[in-house]
Amino acid sequence: MPDSHTPVLRTEHLTRLVGSTPLVNDVNVAVVRGEIMAICGPSGAGKSSFLRLMNRLDEPTSGTCFLDGMDYRQLAPRELRRRIGLVLQTPFLFPGTVADNLRFGPSQRSEMVPDSVVAHLLLQVGLTGFASRPVTELSGGEAQRVSVARTLANSPEILLLDEPTSALDDTAKRTVEAVIVDVVRANKLTCLIVTHDISQAARLADRAMLMRAGRLERIVAAQEITHA
Amino acid sequence: MLKHLFSSHIALGFAQAGIAAALALVVLFLARRRQIHLESEIVIALVRGITQISAVGFILLLLLKGPQWTAIIMLSVMMVVAASISSRRVKSIPGAYEVSLYGIVTGAGIVITLMTLAGVIDWAITSLIPVGSMLIANSMNSNSLALERFRSEVTGNVGQIEAALSLGASASNTVNPYVQNAFRASLIPALDNLKSLGIVWIPGLMAGMLLSGSPPIYAAIYQFVVIAMIFSASSITCLVSTTLVRKRAFSTNDQLVLRPVPATRSL
Repeated sequence: MPDSHTPVLRTEHLTRLVGSTPLVNDVNVAVVRGEIMAICGPSGAGKSSFLRLMNRLDEPTSGTCFLDGMDYRQLAPRELRRRIGLVLQTPFLFPGTVADNLRFGPSQRSEMVPDSVVAHLLLQVGLTGFASRPVTELSGGEAQRVSVARTLANSPEILLLDEPTSALDDTAKRTVEAVIVDVVRANKLTCLIVTHDISQAARLADRAMLMRAGRLERIVAAQEITHA
Repeated sequence: MLKHLFSSHIALGFAQAGIAAALALVVLFLARRRQIHLESEIVIALVRGITQISAVGFILLLLLKGPQWTAIIMLSVMMVVAASISSRRVKSIPGAYEVSLYGIVTGAGIVITLMTLAGVIDWAITSLIPVGSMLIANSMNSNSLALERFRSEVTGNVGQIEAALSLGASASNTVNPYVQNAFRASLIPALDNLKSLGIVWIPGLMAGMLLSGSPPIYAAIYQFVVIAMIFSASSITCLVSTTLVRKRAFSTNDQLVLRPVPATRSL
């Protein structure tokens, strides 16, 4: 459950322009520790662009973001990306086995990931026994769960999910949704999830940001999401 | 037959160039019949080619009467132009001209300097400029191949690269496989030249040496020398340019800035 007193992530006039087109336009939002915040809106609303700014895959044109009260531009991008993990819409698994993928993030800091930790991560995403399986043999839903586990291997404080179930069938979607809620609660993470599916936002989130044309229109509580 | 029609070498040369260009125009006509429209590119390339090479001939004529050091100026100008031509192929790579210039100057420059000091390339302008230009031209081709391959690999794997970045990988680590592929691909022509030397083709320089009366064995061995120098110059060029280019694909905050651009028809 969220701790309503502690904003872990706060944006201040966050804006990104491409040419003269605003992809994200003057967004101010505070996300509290332990909260699941959905980001909803039609195509082109700036949901994914907002998430990319959080992970600093793109640079804000103006404004900034504060992580635990610190301007995120003061953090080295690699350290920021470890602390704010991003799961992309497409899993983009690296060639090799599932275990190779889970070890990728920590190996960038020369950290070893023992087999027991790999097994625990796979248990969390419901893929026990998949460690030595080549990624080419995974289904779409399994690949997305490996992608979540790969991000968790970095021990992030915040988990960003960019439409993680958009390419999945209903059964796989429900499985991945359950995994997301479980890992967020079990690891005491703060989570921002982009979705165009209002009912999914209502099922998963505590609150939802409603975006349109790059702007944050309003923030609503979970029980109001379906009426928004 | 042409020799009997023209008394001066210059007139004979232009007549031969006209016939060779006419053959290229036949190819243009055949391409046009298959709905492949390359008219302007081919005509411009032919006119540019004959103009540039004729100008070089006249400049060489003047240089041969000038001091030796003018060869250095000539080769330097060639490297600058080669870098400019090479970088035009990969306009979407930020700083492509600087990367190409550093690569070609280092690759061709080192090999020309060392080989001239060692006496492998004759210091005479008539030898230094033709051999030097071959090294520069081949370095330019390899550099173009390397940068174009790097660009296409990176823009074709944006998702993989950003997935790695988002997991905390350093920018240079994320593009390492594509840098290696680009380097390997750029050396394919130079390697194939070495492998097929004397079997599949007898290069122009050897033919020229034979025509000018050099002993066939010496002409053959010197051709190997030139091809080996081309391989070295191309390799060094691409080592330098692929090392420099990986940083150009990213911002200072490890954000991928090299993105796909809409395809164009230009060659």
